Amino acid sequence: MVSVNELREMYVDMVTARHYEERLQEEYLEGKQPAFDISAGPIPGELHLAAGHEASAAGVCQHLRDDDTVTAPHRPHHVAIAKGVDLERMTAEIFGRETGLGKGKGGHMHLFDPDVGFACSGIIAEGCPPAAGAGLAAKKRNTDSVAVAYLGEGAIDQGAFLESLNFAAVHDLPVVFVVEDNDWAISMPKGRVTDVENGAQRAGGFDMPGVRVDHDDAVAIYDAAKEAIGRARDRNGPTLMEVQVHRRMGHFMGDPESYRPEEDQEAAAERDSIARLEADLQSHGVDEESIEELRDDAHERVEDAIAFAKDQPEPDPSAAHEDVFVNPPSGVTDTEPEYDLAGGDD
Amino acid sequence: MAQKEHSKVIERELTMSRAMVEAIAHEMRENEEVFYMGEDVADYGGIFDSTQGLLDEFGYDRIMDVPISETAYLGAAVGAAQEGMRPIAELMFVDFFGVAMDQIYNQMAKNTYMSGGNVSVPLVLTAAVGGTYNDAAQHSQTLYGTFAHVPGLKVVVPSTAYDAKGLMHNAIRDDDPVMYMFHKRLMGIGWLPAPDGPKTPVPEEDYTIPFGSADVKREGDDVTIVTLGLHVHRALEAAESLADDGVSAEVVDLRSLVPLDTDTVVESVEKTGNLVVVDEDYRSFGVTGEIVASVAEENLGALDSVERLAVPDVPIPYSRPLENEVVPDVADIEAAVERTQ
Ligand SMILES: Cc1ncc(C[n+]2csc(CCOP(=O)(O)OP(=O)(O)O)c2C)c(N)n1
Ligand SMILES: [Mg+2]
Repeated sequence: MVSVNELREMYVDMVTARHYEERLQEEYLEGKQPAFDISAGPIPGELHLAAGHEASAAGVCQHLRDDDTVTAPHRPHHVAIAKGVDLERMTAEIFGRETGLGKGKGGHMHLFDPDVGFACSGIIAEGCPPAAGAGLAAKKRNTDSVAVAYLGEGAIDQGAFLESLNFAAVHDLPVVFVVEDNDWAISMPKGRVTDVENGAQRAGGFDMPGVRVDHDDAVAIYDAAKEAIGRARDRNGPTLMEVQVHRRMGHFMGDPESYRPEEDQEAAAERDSIARLEADLQSHGVDEESIEELRDDAHERVEDAIAFAKDQPEPDPSAAHEDVFVNPPSGVTDTEPEYDLAGGDD
Repeated sequence: MAQKEHSKVIERELTMSRAMVEAIAHEMRENEEVFYMGEDVADYGGIFDSTQGLLDEFGYDRIMDVPISETAYLGAAVGAAQEGMRPIAELMFVDFFGVAMDQIYNQMAKNTYMSGGNVSVPLVLTAAVGGTYNDAAQHSQTLYGTFAHVPGLKVVVPSTAYDAKGLMHNAIRDDDPVMYMFHKRLMGIGWLPAPDGPKTPVPEEDYTIPFGSADVKREGDDVTIVTLGLHVHRALEAAESLADDGVSAEVVDLRSLVPLDTDTVVESVEKTGNLVVVDEDYRSFGVTGEIVASVAEENLGALDSVERLAVPDVPIPYSRPLENEVVPDVADIEAAVERTQ
């Protein structure tokens, strides 16, 4: 059973993530008025916000340690926050600043914080193989760390995911695949791209457990993840989880969502997992005032991170040429030994 | 410019995306075997407006949304093409080629040759390319050289609405596989403003532009700027301001990489003596080196000076000052031209 303290921790992760996305949305749109120009403003480029996905991040990452590895897709912030990624440096990265996690080279879809085992990628399902690789390393080194790969329900038709399921299953790797089902892959509803309503059924074909949590509920996700991650840690192999979340915003900022029925948007918003968790907290005896305090602290942390980021210098243009390799181009040496190679004609 | 040679004066101007869509719609009306597959091409109309409005006319059967399974649907397009249909399949961003590379590099490109010419693959693979809007290393590449490198693919890169339409008609009618690479910044999308230039007069009727016919977009005597895609417009802008300094630059738009119109390039260099090649792809083993080598092979003596501008062999960085540093801009082109004078 989840403890009150854990409920509090999950709540903090979730309200931090929600406020973070709402504030990034504001910052992003600043400078894109009156006409929306994706390359203008303090945060340029595509921005995929995860408002409505928080429960899946909090419920799963609650069971993870710093030495566990997480890979996330193009919609990564909530997972990064729950995994404990440095919020200030992550925000500086999103603002393209020199002190960002990737010195401004990666941006919001390409956040790397090796200190807490977090990475994300903008190519659909391509975080799955590296997560399997982290599981493979744990197995070879005989540690009890685990890996979690996050992906969207639109990604479960991709080869990299299906191949990774098989790879993890056949090698009994400590990996948990978490599919966040928000009903949409940009404009494509789930039913248009797969005949399977429950994505966790994919697990059956690989002889691995598959579970689906079919409502936006952090505690239910916590319970399911506890079992899956426990199984991985105990070296009993991988699990596929699908969790229902919802998309409160467009696919990316600027998405007109003209393909989306209004009722769908409204229904999604009503499934709010944060309100649900607040009720859970209250039923565990946490009063409204304490909840508000948790929320205020979380908001303050977000504001601090954004203020920090905006205060950071932009990278020097010359830095664009650095960091392609970590070793010099010649490799670990710049001289070749002089052997007298016998044989041959000359 | 090629469009000026037409006898009729065309008034109607279209964005590049409208011109592309007009050609696709025309071919779909003419030939029931033409259909379009891609992610978000139906209700959304293509993330970069590449299929805007087509769903209404042709329905879900012919404007097909597909699962995010590039290997499956690009490979299925190869297979349907080999059956004699004329599919158009879209890679939303060219950067996603990696997840389906075998179908492109080993099937689509090679089946004709391996069958001794007995199998044809009349497939058009459309793909959005290019950066300049801070979308970082996995969503900003052009990868022109990657597709032009493998034998068996025709590679087309329009820079104007007029060219986009004529090249699209030719691509759909061609019995060979064609990579049709459209630059996001040129499409005329509301949220990604295009420069002046890609929006041009476009004839209502269908017409074809042959592949391998480079277009001299501006005539000049002192230097030849060879380029393609977005950088045609940056080169034209540079040429405009160089003219104020008394330097007369000729701008050659390649329009296709395979086949490559070496003749037009060499002819221009024989006139100007100076060659500047501008590319939005990586510098090494790519378009710039290929153009310089082709001219050198044809007429080494014609070259007084050579400059090449391209992405300097780093992944495209996210942050604005960093991306601006690596993607050639108008000032970079002017400076390169100055160095040849
Ligand atoms: C291989 C590949 N194909 C297509 C895309 C473009 N793309 C980005 S996000 C997305 C939809 C993803 O949907 P889903 O996996 O459900 O995640 P969600 O955005 O709903 O969180 C698509 C098609 C991509 N990034 N990579
Ligand atoms: Mg989704």
